[in-house]
Amino acid sequence: MNKVVKIDIDGLECIANSDQYIIEAARENGIYIPTLCNYPGVKPKGGCRICTVRVNGKQMTACTTPVSDGMRIENNTEELINLRKSIVELLLVEGNHFCPSCEKSGNCELQALAYRFGIMAPRFPYLFPVRKVDASHPKIIKDQNRCILCKRCIRAITDEKGRSVFAYRRRSSRVEVVVDSKLGKQLTDELAQKAMDVCPVGSILVKEKGFITPIGERKYDKNPIGSDIENITITKR
Amino acid sequence: MSKPIVATTSLAGCFGCHMSVLDIDDRILELIELVEFNKSPINDIKKFTKKCDIGLIEGGCANSENVHVLKDFREHCKILISLGECAIMGGLPAMRNGIPVRECLEEAYLNGLTVAGNTGKIIPNDPELPMLLDKVYPCHEVVKIDYFLPGCPPRADLIWDALVALITGDEMKLPYEVIKFD
Ligand code: SF4
Ligand code: SF4
Repeated sequence: MNKVVKIDIDGLECIANSDQYIIEAARENGIYIPTLCNYPGVKPKGGCRICTVRVNGKQMTACTTPVSDGMRIENNTEELINLRKSIVELLLVEGNHFCPSCEKSGNCELQALAYRFGIMAPRFPYLFPVRKVDASHPKIIKDQNRCILCKRCIRAITDEKGRSVFAYRRRSSRVEVVVDSKLGKQLTDELAQKAMDVCPVGSILVKEKGFITPIGERKYDKNPIGSDIENITITKR
Repeated sequence: MSKPIVATTSLAGCFGCHMSVLDIDDRILELIELVEFNKSPINDIKKFTKKCDIGLIEGGCANSENVHVLKDFREHCKILISLGECAIMGGLPAMRNGIPVRECLEEAYLNGLTVAGNTGKIIPNDPELPMLLDKVYPCHEVVKIDYFLPGCPPRADLIWDALVALITGDEMKLPYEVIKFD
């Protein structure tokens, strides 16, 4: 049964619905909890761990933990920010992120989080893995150099029968996300665009659509990621 | 008090970061009041003539010469700054990091579409020439780097603010718009 509950985020009393996850409840209360793998309307996965908060003292992912009455949540603490920052840095060195030549630059959530956290350079050594770009699909390019394996595309892009157009291939450190060779054939223009939009980074690109927005007008050129949530007028609280 | 001394260099870079230094526009007049320049392509001083306070490094390390120059900078400068994406993470030159060096050289000198006149099919290997490294390395993986200024190129305002902050000892203001990776 869906009922109204009270939760506390960093000392702020918030009203939420008992069927909400922490990340959603926070969003509705004008509080941004950073994430990469979570996407509104898509089943949560708890994969990237960037939304880690402390719930009654214990570390939990805000995207998969439902709220309950009286919960005490820590979000913007030095410890958690540093932890989130490390994950972003690890992701940056783990792939090949050449932002100056990336079509998603300025609209990329990984890059935007790095900006938000003021990351000037990652603290970890760059791995420079050897990865492929698959441009064989007629509509989209799949660049494995930039994939952070968040599975957003697998969860969000499905055909009319609910089958995922994207899929994991291989396992462990060799795992990659690819376009399903059969289902990919029926990818409509709309779904292709949705896939590009859903991907937090520049791993899925619609052909001939790169660099379409001029520098200065891209999503995160002027305002940090999350500022839209932080700037909403709170009616609920 | 004598002025702080600044040196700059471009390793495996495109000189874009140096262009961005010049992009501080008329503040350059203020800058030459504030600091003295030593080794730098801007004044064409080729060898260090004294110890410096600040070294600005553009570009990563793609060959033995880059490593040599970078170590020389570390020895002569109190503070080293990686200026721009190439110095910080290798940048566009590092896009060759997944390709074997031999393949890169063959593409450049033998098989590339624009290769002309190399009838002897020679890949230059004179001992005078710097050796290509197996990969392009970020500067901080070769020597200790004290500060990083990202961007491709870093915005002129970021460079200016960083230099002024270092010289005056004031805290640097870092408005959101100036930290960019492109
Ligand atoms: S996907 Fe994002 S972080 Fe990676 S290169 Fe592109 S803009 Fe940079
Ligand atoms: S392609 Fe994009 S959305 Fe899909 S798993 Fe990789 S990063 Fe995530």
